[in-house]
Amino acid sequence: MTTAKVIGLRGDDAVAYAVKQCNVDCIAAYPITPQTIIVETLSKFVSNGEMNAKYINVESEHSAMSATIGACLAGGRVFTATASQGLALMHEVLYAASGLRCPIVLAVANRALSAPINIHCDHSDVMGSRDSGWVILFAENCQEAYDLTILAFKLAEDEDILLPVMVNLDGFILSHSLERVEVIPDEEVKRWLPPRQAKYKVDPKNPITFGVFSLFDSYFEIKRGQEDAMRMVLKKIPEIYDKFYELSGRQYSNLVKYKMDDAEHVIVVLGSTAGTARHAADRLREEGIKAGVLSLHLFRPFPTKEVQKSLSNTKTVTVMDRAISFGAQGGPLFEDIATALYDTPNRPLIASYIYGLGGRDITSRQIREAVRKSIQAQEEGKKIIRMGFIGVKGGE
Amino acid sequence: MGIASWKEIPLGGIILEPRTSLKYKTGSWRSSTPKIDYNKCIRCLFCWIYCPEPAITRDEENNVTIDLDYCKGCGICANVCPVKAITMEAL
Amino acid sequence: MEVKTYFRRATDLPREELFGPGHRLCAGCGPAIAVRLALKAIRKPVIVVNATSCVEVASTPYPYTAWAVPWVHVLFENTAAVASGIVETLDKLVKEGRAEDADVIAIGGDGGTFDIGLQALSGALERGHKFLYICLDNEAYMNTGIQRSGATPRGAETTTSFAGKVIPGKLEYKKDLASIVVAHAVPYVATASIGYWLDYVNKVRRALETDGPSFIHVLTPCQTGWRFDASKTVEIGKLAVETKIFPLYEVINGVYRINVKPKSFKPIEEYLKLQGRFKHLFEPQNRHIIDEIQQQVDARWKRLLVLEEASQRW
Repeated sequence: MTTAKVIGLRGDDAVAYAVKQCNVDCIAAYPITPQTIIVETLSKFVSNGEMNAKYINVESEHSAMSATIGACLAGGRVFTATASQGLALMHEVLYAASGLRCPIVLAVANRALSAPINIHCDHSDVMGSRDSGWVILFAENCQEAYDLTILAFKLAEDEDILLPVMVNLDGFILSHSLERVEVIPDEEVKRWLPPRQAKYKVDPKNPITFGVFSLFDSYFEIKRGQEDAMRMVLKKIPEIYDKFYELSGRQYSNLVKYKMDDAEHVIVVLGSTAGTARHAADRLREEGIKAGVLSLHLFRPFPTKEVQKSLSNTKTVTVMDRAISFGAQGGPLFEDIATALYDTPNRPLIASYIYGLGGRDITSRQIREAVRKSIQAQEEGKKIIRMGFIGVKGGE
Repeated sequence: MGIASWKEIPLGGIILEPRTSLKYKTGSWRSSTPKIDYNKCIRCLFCWIYCPEPAITRDEENNVTIDLDYCKGCGICANVCPVKAITMEAL
Repeated sequence: MEVKTYFRRATDLPREELFGPGHRLCAGCGPAIAVRLALKAIRKPVIVVNATSCVEVASTPYPYTAWAVPWVHVLFENTAAVASGIVETLDKLVKEGRAEDADVIAIGGDGGTFDIGLQALSGALERGHKFLYICLDNEAYMNTGIQRSGATPRGAETTTSFAGKVIPGKLEYKKDLASIVVAHAVPYVATASIGYWLDYVNKVRRALETDGPSFIHVLTPCQTGWRFDASKTVEIGKLAVETKIFPLYEVINGVYRINVKPKSFKPIEEYLKLQGRFKHLFEPQNRHIIDEIQQQVDARWKRLLVLEEASQRW
C-alpha cells in the first residue's frame, strides 16, 4: 500500500476508472441513463490507448450481456454496465450468466423501471433481479463504487465461487455526483488483479460443451451446485475484504454498523441513503432515542447470521426500501430482514417503509418520523408494520 | 448414466469430455436396416457424406460400412446412392 | 471474379467426425447433415456458438454431447451477440499468447435467425466481426413443435398456420433474409442447400476464409415438419433448387453469382406434392395459391438474374 491519489470523481467516473485499472479484456455495453458516463469514459480510455481492451458497441442490453458471456467463456476478464430498463431487458441473460458460472462484473446505476418512464434513482431494477444468482453489492458513495468494482473482479473470479457480481450505485445521486475518491496506483491494482487465467473456457485443445440441455434428471442438481457457490461467497468474502484492505487500506465488510453497540431503534437501508439515515440517527440520539443505522454492502447472498447478531437486543427495526414489490408484505430488503429475525429471541418490531421511488428525495426528518412511528407501534404492542410509505404525496 | 448427487456435477452442468453422445446407441431407433451390396458399390462416398448421424464409417481406402450401433434407418443412404447399391430391409 | 474452389470430390473431405453420432435428432434430419458437413469444411480449429434449436437440444442432453469442438449455447436470440464477444476476446487473447487461434461459427435455426435473432445478427454484421453465421433453415420453429416462422414459405401448414376451412395455411411469403444480410454490405453471403453438398462445403470454406462477417443460409429439409419420408431429405433439398424455389447464389463483396442454373426448371408442383405440409394446396379451392407461388418464384428468379448481371457492373 503506497501513496494514493485523491481526485474528484463522479460515481460513474469512479467505476470506469476502476475498470481501467483491472486488466479487463472486453467491454460490451449499451448506453442508458444514468450509466452513460461509464460507457463513454471507457470508450475514451480505449480510443486513447489508456486501456487495452476490446470495446464492443452492442445494439441492445440483451446483446451486451450476451456478448459479455461470450467474451467471458473465451477466457477474458469482462465488464459491462447498465441500469433500469437495460437490466430488465437483459433479465433472461442474467440467469444464463450465473447458470454458466461466468465471473462477470456488472455495474448498475440504479434507476426506476417504466412504466411510466423515470430516469431517477430507485432500486426496482436490481430488486427485480435478486433471484438471478448474481452476487449483489451496494455502494454507499463514490469511493465505494470505485473500491467495490475492483473487489468484485477478485470475488467473481475466485475459483471456489465463479459467479457474476453486480455492483450497484444509486443513479444520479452517486453516478453523477462528484465526490472525493482515493484511487489506488495503477500498477498496484494490476498486480492485485493480474490478467485472467480462466479455468473453464472455449479451447480447441480441450473442447468443453457449455450450456447443455438439462432435463428434470439433472437441472435441480445443477442449480443446487449454484446455490453452493453462493454460500461459498459468504465463506470467502471476508478473505477478499482483507486482501482488499492490504491493497487499499480500506476495510470492507458485509454490514456497516453506525452507533449499533447500544442501539435500540435501528434503521436498515441500502445505498446512498445510509448517510441521511445516520444524520437522522444522530438527531434522534439528541432526543434521547438510542438510534443506530445498519447498512448492507452485501445483499446477495444475504448475510443472515451477521444481521441477526447486529439486530438482536433491539426494540424496533425500521427497514427502508427504495423499491416496491407490488402486492407483497413489505419491500424486498424488509422481507429478508424479517425472515432473518424470525428465529431470533426477543424479536423487535419490524417496519417496512417504501421511500424514494422514481428519485423522490428522502430527508432526515422523514426518516426520524418513520422511526418514531415504529417506536409508537412497538409501545402499543404491535409486532410489525407492513409496507408503509414515506414521502408520497397524499399520505399513506 | 444416473446422477447420484449434485456434488458430482461440474459447475453449470458443463460437459468436459467431447462426444460423450457415443455412449448413447441410437441404433435401437431403427425399424429398417440398410444393406450395402459391395458388388455394386463404387465407393463414391455419397452415403457417407449424407448420413445425418453419421452411422457410416469410411476407412482409409474409402470403403464404407454401416455402423449399426447408431444407424436410425432413415434411408437417405439408399436414396442418394447413384448405383442403388443400398437397400433398406425390414428389421 | 476470382473465386476459389477448395473441395472437388468426396475424398477431399476429411474423415474425422466432429459431430455425432449419438445425437437425438430425428432419423433423416436435414440440419444434422448441414452441421456435419460444415465441420468437414473447416480450415483450423473452430468454436461453435449455437442458438436454442433442434440441433442444440438434441446434441447436448446432459450429460451427453455430440460435439468434439468447443461449443457454447446461451439463449435463443443472442447467438450472434455471444459470437461477437468470443470473436473479439479471442482476437485479443491470441495476440497476447493467452489463447489458441480458432474460427468462430455461429449456428442458428430459421427461428433464431429470421425472427427472434435478427437484431443480434444485424448488430454483429454491422460491427464487422470476423465470424461465420450459418442459418439452418427448416422453415418453421421445429424444436417447439413445427410452428410458423418468418422463413415458412407461403401456403405451408404449420401448427400455428393451420390449413383450415377459412385460412389455408400461411399466407405470407418467406422473408428474404439473404437480401437483408446483403444490405449490411458484408463481404460474403451465400445460399446453399444440403441437396448440393459440394457447393455447400465450398461455400462454408470460402466463408471461413473471408476477412469479415460471412453468412450462409442453408435449406435443411425437415421430414417431421414438412411431412415426407425420412429417406427423401436430400432429394427434396435438390428439388428446391431444381424448381427454383430456393436458388443457390453467392454475393461476394456485393457482386452476385448464381451457382446453379439448370437449363430448364421443374414446375413447383414437383416439390410441393412430396410434402404433407402443402397437401391442402392441391384441393380445388386452394389451387390458385400454387399458381401465385409459381409466379412469385419466377419473378424472384428473374430479379436474381438481373442482380447478377447488374452487380457485375458495380
